[in-house]
Amino acid sequence: MIADLRRCVGCQTCTAACKHANATPPDVQWRRVLDMEVGEYPAVKRVFVPVGCMHCADPPCMHVCPTTATRKRADGIVTIDYDLCIGCSYCAVACPYQARYKTDVATFAYGEAMPSEAVRHDEKRLGVATKCTFCSDRVDAGLEQGLKPGVDHEATPACVNSCIAQALHFGDIEDPQSNVSQLLAENQFFRMHEELGTQPGFYYLWDKNEAGT
Amino acid sequence: MSYGPRPWQQTNWDWRAAANFMLGGTGAGLLFSSIFIQNSFPYPVILGLLLVAAGLGAVWLEIGRKLRAIHVFFNPFTSWMTRESLAAVLLFGSGISFLVFDQAALKYFTAVAALAFVYCQGRILRAAKGIPAWRAPQVVMLVMTTALAEGFGLLLFMQSDLLSLGIFAAAVLARAVAWSGYWSALEQPASRSALAAPGRSLMQAGTVAPLVLALGALYLPQAAPLAGLAVLLTGWWFKFVLVTRAALNQGFALPQLPVRGTR
Repeated sequence: MIADLRRCVGCQTCTAACKHANATPPDVQWRRVLDMEVGEYPAVKRVFVPVGCMHCADPPCMHVCPTTATRKRADGIVTIDYDLCIGCSYCAVACPYQARYKTDVATFAYGEAMPSEAVRHDEKRLGVATKCTFCSDRVDAGLEQGLKPGVDHEATPACVNSCIAQALHFGDIEDPQSNVSQLLAENQFFRMHEELGTQPGFYYLWDKNEAGT
Repeated sequence: MSYGPRPWQQTNWDWRAAANFMLGGTGAGLLFSSIFIQNSFPYPVILGLLLVAAGLGAVWLEIGRKLRAIHVFFNPFTSWMTRESLAAVLLFGSGISFLVFDQAALKYFTAVAALAFVYCQGRILRAAKGIPAWRAPQVVMLVMTTALAEGFGLLLFMQSDLLSLGIFAAAVLARAVAWSGYWSALEQPASRSALAAPGRSLMQAGTVAPLVLALGALYLPQAAPLAGLAVLLTGWWFKFVLVTRAALNQGFALPQLPVRGTR
């Protein structure tokens, strides 16, 4: 996934779309947008930074998990098996991106579950670690129909689909012709806390490539 | 900077997790120290096993799906938590067997399992990449030496001969050296701030005072338990703070700011 920091306006539509798509309880935001002020007055900049599970190539959460509930798929998506997870939260403290949540009791937006919340409430998610799945069910269903993730909306994560500024992009980084590969080729980018060696699968664009300027 | 870049305290592991490091560490240290007991006195082994069990019981209270706790054994390939659990199985198996059969070999095996247990505890912290105060490599030696010093400290309540006092002093000094190495490597200001007081205590009330008391115990044996108590309490305080209040994440960082508009 790619977040173009030059384009993100901090509208939180991706956050809302994620909550809608994944029925996450209050206080759980698999996709968040940080509102960061950087610098000292008068040279202050405001930056909106989408964060969440970075689906690392070398995910510390997977290595520390004592139950093998956290796994990595061949396509790079890091998943959690809710039937295996014991909710020890070791993955949560191992994650440098604060991407994991554990909810021990069911909570709803207005105390009692509204009909829409009751229908989508999932007991399996209580007492276990949860996080962004890159909408893997949606991606899988799209792939089964022969669709292309990142290009066809039916095979693309909800946050990316909802982004009003086209700041978020999703695709196959191993395909040099893919939308994300092209963006990375044309722009300068970084990954969060790269020094930790987790090799995040989430790239932040911050400027045009020197060659393209 | 606003919320996001500034580190904040993790809330996933609380006093229950800390109790595992405190009680489990002391218990394992005591089990290891029991090999220096000259007779088949079983109480250190009993107390050590009880402490480790209490620590594991506390951390069991913290997990979200308690009835699935057996799943903790599923990932010995990469998870130090699984390895800690396996070490605990060996520790209890050999410790209880020693109490039943009273074979010296079983006591030595228990001591090795106890060492493995605390080593795993140290590696558990080191593998937590999200917490700078834990992931420092020096934390492993610190956790191990703290456990051993506490174990030998507790042993002084039961036996305070010259050998016990000598090994106790060596363990306390080793803990002080490990703390110095860890403190030098710890860079995160908020973690340093949280650990400053327990660290001072570890060096003063937990190192200097016990060594003086241990020396005094050569002439006045009643001073030995006091030395042990000082090491025990300062070690517990340190580990409690390390697992709770000093456990801040590193927030988010932007190595580059977005370039917008014309340049």
